[in-house]
Amino acid sequence: MGKGRLNMADSKAPYGVVGIYTNVDDVLAAARRVRDAGFTRWDSHTPFPVHGMDGAMGIKMTFLPWITLVMGLTGMAFGVFGQYWVNAKGYAFLISGKPVWSLPANIPVAFEVVIAFSAFTTFFGMLALNKLPRLSHPLHRLAEFARVTSDRFAVVIESGDPRFDSGQVRKLLAQDAEQVVECPADPTRAGLPSWFHGVAAIATCLTLIPLAMAYRGRHATSGKPRYAVWTDMSFQRKAKPQQASGLFDDGRAARKQLDGTIAVGQLFEDQELRFGVQPNALSPVGREVGATGVPDAAWIAGFPAALTVDEAFLDRGQQRFNIYCSVCHGVRGDGHGAVALRAEEIRAMRWGWIAPKNLLSSATIARTNGEIFHIAGHGISTMKGYAAQIPANDRWAIVAWVRALQASQAIDARRAPDAQYQELPALPLGVTQGGR
Amino acid sequence: MAITDPTIDLGGQDPRVRPQLVEGNNNFTTVTQMVAGIPEQPVAKTDKLWIALFLLSLSVLGVLGACLAYLITTGVGVWGNNNPVFWGWPIVNFVFWVGIGHAGTLISAVLYLTRQNWRTAVNRSAEAMTIFAVICAGMFPGVHVGRIWVAYFLAPVPNQMSMWPNFRSPLLWDVFAVSTYFSVSLVFWYMGMVPDLATLRDRSTNKWRRMIYGIFSLGWTGSSRHWHVYERAYGILAALATPLVLSVHSVVSFDFAVSQLPGWHTTIFPPYFVAGAIFSGFAMVLTLMIPARQYFNLGHIITMTHIDVMCRILMATGMLVGYAYMIEFFTAWYGGVMVERFAFVNRAFGNYWWAYWIMVSCNVIFPQLFWSKKMRRNLVVVMLVSITTNIGMWFERFVITVTSLSRDFLPSSWAYFRPTWVDILTFVGSFGLFMTLFLLFIRFLPFVAMSEVKIVMPSAHAGHGHTDGHGPKSHANHGSHNGEGAPQHG
Repeated sequence: MGKGRLNMADSKAPYGVVGIYTNVDDVLAAARRVRDAGFTRWDSHTPFPVHGMDGAMGIKMTFLPWITLVMGLTGMAFGVFGQYWVNAKGYAFLISGKPVWSLPANIPVAFEVVIAFSAFTTFFGMLALNKLPRLSHPLHRLAEFARVTSDRFAVVIESGDPRFDSGQVRKLLAQDAEQVVECPADPTRAGLPSWFHGVAAIATCLTLIPLAMAYRGRHATSGKPRYAVWTDMSFQRKAKPQQASGLFDDGRAARKQLDGTIAVGQLFEDQELRFGVQPNALSPVGREVGATGVPDAAWIAGFPAALTVDEAFLDRGQQRFNIYCSVCHGVRGDGHGAVALRAEEIRAMRWGWIAPKNLLSSATIARTNGEIFHIAGHGISTMKGYAAQIPANDRWAIVAWVRALQASQAIDARRAPDAQYQELPALPLGVTQGGR
Repeated sequence: MAITDPTIDLGGQDPRVRPQLVEGNNNFTTVTQMVAGIPEQPVAKTDKLWIALFLLSLSVLGVLGACLAYLITTGVGVWGNNNPVFWGWPIVNFVFWVGIGHAGTLISAVLYLTRQNWRTAVNRSAEAMTIFAVICAGMFPGVHVGRIWVAYFLAPVPNQMSMWPNFRSPLLWDVFAVSTYFSVSLVFWYMGMVPDLATLRDRSTNKWRRMIYGIFSLGWTGSSRHWHVYERAYGILAALATPLVLSVHSVVSFDFAVSQLPGWHTTIFPPYFVAGAIFSGFAMVLTLMIPARQYFNLGHIITMTHIDVMCRILMATGMLVGYAYMIEFFTAWYGGVMVERFAFVNRAFGNYWWAYWIMVSCNVIFPQLFWSKKMRRNLVVVMLVSITTNIGMWFERFVITVTSLSRDFLPSSWAYFRPTWVDILTFVGSFGLFMTLFLLFIRFLPFVAMSEVKIVMPSAHAGHGHTDGHGPKSHANHGSHNGEGAPQHG
């Protein structure tokens, strides 16, 4: 495959001598003779692979299978690690908490990649080992050679062989031969025509343009709208806000808000009521209040201005407290609710049970109203938050009732001045006297 | 002890004698003429029947093009696919065509590895059929994705969304299996054709033919050094294609079996699908081969023995498929899952009972005719059974896909699937695509693997050279060599 040079330095020297045979036996015999005579640059040509020819010519086993094996293993590594990189590293699919990498599911694709790698290697490796494609060959110009791909057999000894001697070679091939002919050297250039290189270079550059444009497109921004092949998904026949519509008398696609509509976030503007903090203690964004993050000074000590604390409010607080809080904290707030009693009975503290707090303790009394409101909504320690079940107004009512309990129940009657001391009525079973 | 009396009847075949695979008084020259004569016919003198068939196929292909254009510009709503049957005809047709595409590689690869020399007469056309069938098959899921301009989402290419496909989805396995199968089959087919293209090149008298066949034959000279590497490569490709052909329809069956739908979620699917694929593939080979053989007078190469053998394979695989039908019912009963049981009773006796019993008749009952040698050698019967097999196998895929989906878990969403005219014409049109490609193939490419047929002729082996009388000097010197090549038989 010369680069534009002539096939032969001396164009008069023939390519070689060709013996043409009519059957398998004769060509095998001729091949053995040539092999035994010690020629190196020679070949036999047959319309089909002749069994025994490898031995008759002394052809060594090709190493193509090893190339295929190596590329097949490469394909396996590529298939397995490619999938690992894509699905376990680069773009992990989390499905029902299953592991992101589980080999069995990746076997089919890895298998197909092995087959594809091996098969293409085998085909292109066969071509490469045979130095194909070679479209220009001196033998293709020999008329007598044309039948070798149909029903004749040939043995060709090239003139480039060190032992080549025209007369002796002819004699060697003549036995049993149908004819012996000389194949002239190919006078044409063996390489591609010179203009082809220029055209190929330009064509190669042109093919890079779309790739370059695609690459640029990946990294550039554009003010133009996206190009839609078919527009029915991007531009659907439906009304959007700010559009005109003939459907309504006022000509607008969007309807006006009903009276009493609350804007998004409007409910959270009263920070006293909603969060139990001083007005504007929280930033407008990120109003979700954690247990920490609000300075102690920010909690309000009293009740939000929006609420009126009266007897009805306290009644509401008592009712809500008895529903939601008393099961743990007890109707008196002393921490002896039904759940707490049962937990004590089965000694649940062995399993990490933490007893409900006594709301009458001095620590709870010391908390601000805002803080207690926050705990009712968001929980503390193992207590869960009740913001989802109890609206803010009711949580404030509960805070009021807790204060009422503290005022009435946290008093040790024995410390009362004698003049005011009187026997308390008998308490129901299971409720103990005194909070401390 | 081996049978030593050569007169004993071994069903017509003495293992010590090479079976005569090419009939008549043929030699290398006449085989070349018979096969190469078909593509060598001048274009101007093309047979009228071929032209008529080609025009018919082209117009049916046009119908396909129109249907696809309508589908792509409008959306998949033009099909009958709708809740709950979202996998309607497109997937049925995909499985149907990809199943047909299995016989070619099976004949080329599996029968090559098992040294079934009779394959040489039919492998080329069966491989061509495979490739064209896989083209038809690949088209259906390709357009079923709806917005085909984003079909590249299926391929693991870096894209603007930084998204990658899910390699644990059977649908992606399918993409890899079918595309690997197509490309490897194409390579296998083309590589097998290179020596025959060289024959056509060397016989051509027309400059253009010589140039075109010359380019595609890659400069093949029939060099024995080349043949050596070529034969190894062919053997390796056959060894690679054998597990591949079995994997492809297994992976197709995973599309169904990996889901949890009653009637689909069953481990028998991979072998059952592969048997069905071989069954339908052989049926299609017979359907195409018999008319081509009669039309081109290739009776001496594709002999009645070939047809006989293929009929037996057809019957055997048909019975495998019938066995799978039975086992499905057994599993549904034995498994004791109510919904599975319902799915199978519904298949046979529900709304689609007619499809089920067409399937059973075509696939299990009709091929039983081939127990009789008379039937295997009656071309009309063989044609009819091969056609009904194709019909039956289409209905098998329809039954599997549609009956399971139309009666899913939620009775309130049950519905009866009805195809639209676009469904029907697209399927008909796919035959236009297939036949157009196949007619072009038989007109311009070697229909039979000439070089491979020559290998299995007795005169291709040392010591037989004088028997077929194709050379005036062939008697000289025969037997004088030292037998080095003689033990290489087979």
